[in-house]
Amino acid sequence: MFLDVLSWILILSGGVFGVISAIGVLRMPDIYTRMHAASIADTIALGLMCGGMMLQAGWTIVTIKLILILVFIFFASPTTTHALAKAAIAGGIKPILHEDRRKKVSDKTSNKGKGEKS
Amino acid sequence: MFRKLGLAVALFALWLLLSGIYQPLLISFGIASSLLVAWIAHRMDVADHEGFPIHLGVKAVTYWPWLVWEIIKANIDVALIIIKPNLQITPTMFYSNASQKTEVGQVTYANSITLTPGTISVGVADGTVEVHALTTSSADEVIGGRMDKRVCQMEGDN
Repeated sequence: MFLDVLSWILILSGGVFGVISAIGVLRMPDIYTRMHAASIADTIALGLMCGGMMLQAGWTIVTIKLILILVFIFFASPTTTHALAKAAIAGGIKPILHEDRRKKVSDKTSNKGKGEKS
Repeated sequence: MFRKLGLAVALFALWLLLSGIYQPLLISFGIASSLLVAWIAHRMDVADHEGFPIHLGVKAVTYWPWLVWEIIKANIDVALIIIKPNLQITPTMFYSNASQKTEVGQVTYANSITLTPGTISVGVADGTVEVHALTTSSADEVIGGRMDKRVCQMEGDN
């Protein structure tokens, strides 16, 4: 009973974070800020939902598979996010910036990054 | 050699966890296939300190819970920004120092930045990570170097 309640709390709060993430994707102004909103869905929403489902499954092989799903997404999602951001930069989409601090760093980085800063 | 055997053992453990059917015939198939994969990885030369960083061991295990806690905190921050009616975002781009010694460490650092909502690493080169942050405060958080230090600590003396 206690576990049921806890698992429902986890699944529902995961769902809430998923909805917030979707709202964020719609509200944000450009691709980079939208990716920030989207990363809520594949970190905390996924983690809470998997946690809730693990409590439902108990100590079975399903729980192990859920843990593996979490681990794989934990490694894959930053890689894909990075690839997407890099592709957007390379494609010439300029981020809407409130503040660009890239010039404050010494000229260590100024001789490279072709296409990154236009 | 130790690393290749470790890879075979880890693969077999994964196989055991996923299979769920424990009969002698199937288990011997499992052993054979994990040895085969370890041998192929050896032939391809991918079971090195980058492809299979077993040496990180205990230090990596303590790093993960810390990172998960950071992710939870950052998630709540970003979620609050999204649900507030006046979207208070101040997108910032900046460079952050990745003072890790190995490439595995730098990749871990860059991936940790990306995994934390509110910051995305856009490029990594020569010990600096180019980061896009949703707000100036999350940018300050990364520039503060707490995560950088923690990854260095995880990397240890290897």
